[in-house]
Amino acid sequence: MTPFDYHAPKTLRSAMRLVQAFGDDAKVLAGGHSLIPSMKLRLAAPSVVIDLGGIAGLKRVTAGNETITIGALATHYAVESHRLLPSKCSLLSETAAEIGDAQVRNRGTVGGSIAHADPAADWPATMLALDAQFDIGGPDGERTVAASDFFVDLFITDLQPGEVLTGIRIATPPENSGGAYVKMRQSASGFALAGVAAHVTLDDAGNCASVAVGVTGVAPAAYRAHAVEDALVGQGIDAAADAAAHAADGVEEFQEDHHASGDYRAHLARVFTQRALSQAIERAA
Amino acid sequence: MPVSKSVGARIKRREDPRLIQGLAHYVDDIKLPNLLHVAILRSPYAHARINGINTDAAQNLSGVKSVVTGDDVKDVIGGIPCAATDPEGFPGIKVPHHPVLATGKVRFVGEPIAAVAATDAYIAQDALDLIEVDYEPLDAINSADAAFADGAPVIHEDWDDNMAFTWSIAGGDIDAAFAEADQVVSQRIDHQRLVPNPMETRGVVAQYLPGKDQLNLWSSTQIPHLLRTQISVMLGMAENHVRVIAPEVGGGFGCKLNVYAEEALLGHMAKYLGQPVKWIEGRRENFVHTIHGRDQTGDVELAVKDDGTILGLKYTVTADVGAYYQLLTPAIPTLTGLMLCGSYTFKNVQMNLTAAFTNKMATDAYRGAGRPEATYLIERMIDVVAHDLDLDPLEVRRKNFIGKDAFPYETGTALAYDSGDYTAALDKALKMADYEALREQQAKLREEGRYLGIGFSTYVEICGMGPSAAMPAGGWESSTVRVDPTGKVTVLTGVSPHGQGQETTFAQLIADGLGVDIDDIRIIHGDTDTVQYGIGTFGSRATAVGGTAMVHAMGKVKDKVINIAAHLLESNPQDIVVEDNKYCVQGAPESGLTLGEIAMVAHVGVQLPEGTEPGLAESHFFEPPNFTYPFGTHIAVVEVDADTGEVEIQRYIAVDDCGNIINPLIVEGQVHGGIAQGVGQALYEEAIYDESGQMITGSFMDYALPKAHNFPRFELANTVTPSPVNPMGVKGVGEAGTIGSTPAIANAVIDALKPFGVRHIDLPLRPEKLWKLMQET
Repeated sequence: MTPFDYHAPKTLRSAMRLVQAFGDDAKVLAGGHSLIPSMKLRLAAPSVVIDLGGIAGLKRVTAGNETITIGALATHYAVESHRLLPSKCSLLSETAAEIGDAQVRNRGTVGGSIAHADPAADWPATMLALDAQFDIGGPDGERTVAASDFFVDLFITDLQPGEVLTGIRIATPPENSGGAYVKMRQSASGFALAGVAAHVTLDDAGNCASVAVGVTGVAPAAYRAHAVEDALVGQGIDAAADAAAHAADGVEEFQEDHHASGDYRAHLARVFTQRALSQAIERAA
Repeated sequence: MPVSKSVGARIKRREDPRLIQGLAHYVDDIKLPNLLHVAILRSPYAHARINGINTDAAQNLSGVKSVVTGDDVKDVIGGIPCAATDPEGFPGIKVPHHPVLATGKVRFVGEPIAAVAATDAYIAQDALDLIEVDYEPLDAINSADAAFADGAPVIHEDWDDNMAFTWSIAGGDIDAAFAEADQVVSQRIDHQRLVPNPMETRGVVAQYLPGKDQLNLWSSTQIPHLLRTQISVMLGMAENHVRVIAPEVGGGFGCKLNVYAEEALLGHMAKYLGQPVKWIEGRRENFVHTIHGRDQTGDVELAVKDDGTILGLKYTVTADVGAYYQLLTPAIPTLTGLMLCGSYTFKNVQMNLTAAFTNKMATDAYRGAGRPEATYLIERMIDVVAHDLDLDPLEVRRKNFIGKDAFPYETGTALAYDSGDYTAALDKALKMADYEALREQQAKLREEGRYLGIGFSTYVEICGMGPSAAMPAGGWESSTVRVDPTGKVTVLTGVSPHGQGQETTFAQLIADGLGVDIDDIRIIHGDTDTVQYGIGTFGSRATAVGGTAMVHAMGKVKDKVINIAAHLLESNPQDIVVEDNKYCVQGAPESGLTLGEIAMVAHVGVQLPEGTEPGLAESHFFEPPNFTYPFGTHIAVVEVDADTGEVEIQRYIAVDDCGNIINPLIVEGQVHGGIAQGVGQALYEEAIYDESGQMITGSFMDYALPKAHNFPRFELANTVTPSPVNPMGVKGVGEAGTIGSTPAIANAVIDALKPFGVRHIDLPLRPEKLWKLMQET
């Protein structure tokens, strides 16, 4: 085992100090579901591990009438089991329930998954579809980044050295809206070969007032399917099927491996966008 | 055999309470004083020369006791054995030396190069990073085709090419069959490489006792006795100074029916270091250096009449056996050849096999071992025939079935099927499935653009391995049954289990046979210092062969018990009966004696009939006169998602005939697991090596095992056609599910895609493959 120093700060402030003091030598540990396997496989060998698990304030999930907040250290299960979320924003509960298995959901964290930015993780799609705002602490104080600006490339996010994701804020969706997350699982890992989160708000006439679609598993980073959204906003719900055909438009590079080719992933993006839209619209109506 | 108190009852496995409470002892639970932990350096290259190894830095790491390389052990540890190398059986066979640690060259990713023993497992692992190996990478071969290509690099340079061996079988008159045929139906069939993946990986603990010159070797193995013989040869030790113990073994599926480098290496290290050593295989090590299964590709030709009658079968096949042989590597595809006729009457058959060395792990026995290949091939081809001749696949099956009056039946491959009634199993399964309604539902759904498929497999398999004459290393089995003075029964069996439940089923047989409470019976196995020599648990043989040995030993004990009882009761042996667990004179149960009372007399030794030896223990070595041939019908109902190609198994019906059933609960458990594993081959599993010989499916993140949510509730039933081969009439059920299910699923999926003109698809049936086929039409 490669030795490392272990720090377990009790407050966010002391965590930030440690992160800034150790810089690139340090790795931040949340639920440990990506970092620890990487260390076990000797793919990562940080000399300092800063465990955020002892910071109580980062684990809270709240669901108010205006805003939903998810602390970066909240587990997937905390979101899955939150009693208000099924009525306030079922897309969050539904996404959480799709992740891994019970053991993984009990340990893995929402913030950890987002900051790790695995190209096939589930949360990025949903965060994109809900226009989530990510609160980030760093050497220059706090800043907020929209989900659509956060996921940059394979395992690369907008997080800068010395910065830590501290929380997620989502505007509580209005009454006449609905969301859905659907995915095709890679048969070994259960990660998304393609995962699509759709969030739709209908106007009084029953047309699509706003549409947001997040796609994961398909490209090096999760993305907003703007072409789908543009084709559907202002349109009747019957336009959803045609709009879904644009789910992979503009993607320059597809994920490709022995589980699925790029072509197939693009196709799955379209199929699952259609399924997600259709469920989201049904829930919005 | 009549169902009495225990036999035939759904008795819960007696071994489970300790397993599910964490009270069982696996190899990793063996703790010894001064134990050193061993880690193995493995080749990262598929094919490379080793120009030098520098272990200085590793040796100097604090906590490292020793670093051992191939040069250190090449003169003291013999080669890894293979029991099937007879050139008469395998013309042209090349038998490369298979060292426990590579010297000069590595030939597959994962091949052991060096071993580190250290005071803890972490230090041993760290030390591996400090060993410097100077590799000169060579081009790698990742398939049989690549092995035979012009200019292919030669893996074993003692020879000129990569041809490993050939094997062939022929029966009947194949040329006449093809001359008589109305049509020849051909198809290339691939059997992809699979990783056995037992829940417990391999592991070894070795301890040397210098005062006794004794080596104690704990290994997670299916064959403790054969392992002991081989280890003694490899290490040059007297066999009776080697003790092998298979403690609790957490699954094997054939992959622990072997002798591996680490077993001999750890034995050597324990002796050489004077300290006990432990090595527990990691999951990634298991993927690359525990044997794989299948990996044959061949062309099948069937000579058929227009009415669907099959006249003959030709199979020309290459097997990719990997870089070296393990214990039975060449023997596995021979089982394919023997079973090519399936449950059908044609006797004109020919298989020509060519095996290739490649830069991959060796193939060997994996659940079914050669028979899944035969069954998949013939059951798939039946459907291809039906497709080409526009016949119902059931009609083709019925037309060619061996009739129930034809048994014992001699096949074109000179096997003697013991007993069977294939139509009965099929009819029962059809009734359970409500077949006509399924076909109607299929037609209706197709109109809606939904693709339901119904697939059959009417398999027969070869089990109860087997007569010694047909086996590479003995096909008999052994048991000792002894009754202690207090009437407790101890059974020693040579068939050391790794999940099959012998401690329950064998006790059921004894309980009924000797008239004793099941809780008073103990089944002991797996320790070569305790148990007489035996062969092991594999090939669905434990009950049919090992159980029979025990029943015969029990019979000898019982004869003696009855003689003593008759003497004590002043009666004749033929008048003694067992009622309510008492030995009594027929009609006089009140004067009966328990087994314990009689056993006490046998051990005190003063009231015995004249000429009777004291004590109460008997042994038996049973040589089976034949294999057994379980059979059945599996029906799969699947729906293929037209948008994605995903397969959903909607129903799974299995009617298996494994002869008489000792414990239905255990039979069902075997069938459940077997079906799941066969479905794994059909839909998910594939060990893929890329062109550089790297295994790209070397973890559970990339190698897809079937999971519980992939399955509906299985609908299971049995027909019972007792085997005449053993007195219990049992056949074996360890592999039936695996053998039966792969073709049932494949046939169902291909049936679902019939509207797209699909005739055959190679396994695994991944969604993308199916989606593409649906796009092409």
